[in-house]
Amino acid sequence: MTTFLSGLLVALRALMVNKMRSALTMLGIIIGVAAVIAMVAVGLGAQSRIEEQIASMGSNLLMVVPGSFTSGGMRFGAGTRSTLTVEDAKAIATEIPGVKYTAPSTFGSVQVVFGNQNWATEAQGTTPELLEIRNWSIASGRPFTVQDLEGSAKVCILGNTLVENLFGGIDPVGQIVRIKKFPFTVIGVLEPKGQSGMGRDQDDIVFVPLTTAQRRLFGRDLPGTVRQISVQARGPEVLKEVEEQIKDLLRQRHHILPNQDDDFTVRNLTEIMGTIEQTGKVMSLLLASIASISLIVGGIGIMNIMLVSVTERTREIGIRIAVGAKGRDILFQFLIESLVLGLIGGILGIGIGIVGTLVLSHFTEWPTLFSVKAILLAFLFSGSVAVFFGFYPARKASLLNPIEALRYE
Amino acid sequence: MTGRKGQPLIEVQELEKIYRLGEVEVQALRGVSLTVDRGEFVAVMGPSGSGKSTLMNILGFLDQPTHGQYLLEGINGEHLSRDEQAEIRNKKIGFVFQGFNLLARTSALENVELPLIYARISGAKRKEMARKALSEVGLEARGHHHPSQLSGGEQQRVAIARALVNHPSILLADEPTGNLDSRTSIEVMEIFQHLNRDLGITIIMITHEQDIALFAKRNIHFRDGRIVEDRENKSRVIKEGTKR
Repeated sequence: MTTFLSGLLVALRALMVNKMRSALTMLGIIIGVAAVIAMVAVGLGAQSRIEEQIASMGSNLLMVVPGSFTSGGMRFGAGTRSTLTVEDAKAIATEIPGVKYTAPSTFGSVQVVFGNQNWATEAQGTTPELLEIRNWSIASGRPFTVQDLEGSAKVCILGNTLVENLFGGIDPVGQIVRIKKFPFTVIGVLEPKGQSGMGRDQDDIVFVPLTTAQRRLFGRDLPGTVRQISVQARGPEVLKEVEEQIKDLLRQRHHILPNQDDDFTVRNLTEIMGTIEQTGKVMSLLLASIASISLIVGGIGIMNIMLVSVTERTREIGIRIAVGAKGRDILFQFLIESLVLGLIGGILGIGIGIVGTLVLSHFTEWPTLFSVKAILLAFLFSGSVAVFFGFYPARKASLLNPIEALRYE
Repeated sequence: MTGRKGQPLIEVQELEKIYRLGEVEVQALRGVSLTVDRGEFVAVMGPSGSGKSTLMNILGFLDQPTHGQYLLEGINGEHLSRDEQAEIRNKKIGFVFQGFNLLARTSALENVELPLIYARISGAKRKEMARKALSEVGLEARGHHHPSQLSGGEQQRVAIARALVNHPSILLADEPTGNLDSRTSIEVMEIFQHLNRDLGITIIMITHEQDIALFAKRNIHFRDGRIVEDRENKSRVIKEGTKR
């Protein structure tokens, strides 16, 4: 221990002699550690934002959409057939115990007009349950009622994007907007949700009662059919099971023979978001690895300087060997020196990484999240890199021939 | 001369050393045999290239002979590893070089401590031994000066203190006065005589200056890798150095 401490003192003194050089050598490690910390913070921040988005989408969500429509050998892709009905949605809700809510909906593009303003958006005709399923709350006004649905009332609930674009500061609740020439009373405004995990603006939407949408807006659909059924399961553990049960139930209701394909598709959105989350994790891992490369480059800088230092101090090494330093004494001396370089660089790097991340997140408004684990790991890594790259110069020093070393000018 | 205690301190038989400089072979030692007893003060003389430095390196366990045998207190260095040789240098040999070879930016005291660090002697005892060695060469007051703040003579005295600090069996000095003026050279020789006479330290010193060699008890002359003369120094200069 005393050997280590005195070695530490010798190393510190040697580093102090060449302050500028030591600082520049450390810079490589400093940048590396700072980069790792900043990148991990940015990656984790992005990940936590994805998690928020998943929560905003509504939890334990399944989407049922009709199958593809085939005409003359041409298939039109998922959702083009009109095979799902309101009754399907009701059946799913009543017959599958794992289901909490279902909400059938139909949707299409519309132009919403208020006064002299207009805005193209998506109109979604649905039932009151959808807001529950999507975890969506009303900012002002009221949600749909069963009466609105049964009476095909011409009422609508606006997303925040429409409010901003159509109503310049006017309270929209109670105002009349025109959708496809029909007047609709605004009964509520939704809380903003921001972008979805797929990058879509979730607030650019207007909700109307399903029956109203079917009769007034999208009359082309067969009566009673819907373009989508949103299903919320009671918990994440029954999600898979509910998905299978929906498939069985719908096959049975649609009279599909065992050798025929489904005429609908069940999408497990939670699973899809899980994949996105996974992608986010891979991204932050990638960022951290790229940053680690700069740490390794910093290590090469240490090796470079230690090689120069060994050459410069050949005579000193010769003296030490002549008075009885063993190979490992010299080896440790130089290893400790590079370790000190690495660890001091690591500590400074942590400071600069944290400050840099805060500055970055202040100016870019990116979400960032520090991980103590990543910081400790970067610090340990900087030490290991220093020892790894310090080993070759240290070994070179320990193997010097004392006679030649003493003669070195 | 000091009485023998059975075995001689240094026993060298038919030493040969051949260097290979590229294609050329240089025979630095051509069969040197030599015995040095405890308490001797030997000056090794000869022109440059005569092999005296090579002999010194072998005697100091810094180099190995090509042929022949060298025993220091009965220890044969032939089959020792680098680390074992380092240990013998640390415990039994003290070096004094022409160029002092002190560590720059390191205090005199710390320079003297250096061999003790590698002997794993810890803290307080190390300081104490180093201080004692410094006072032996009359530099106890200058322990905290760095080499650059000391005169050449003082630097060489620090180097001598460093060589002494481990109580070595032998002190090997390679042109110890080569970088010094004649006055400080004589000072250094006084110290050598003091160490030899009062502490019984065996000294082997290389020099090419006749008047420096006169301070030793025995003079050996080298030429072309061989000993051409080995005699007692009848006209010895004795400096009654001030009491240290």
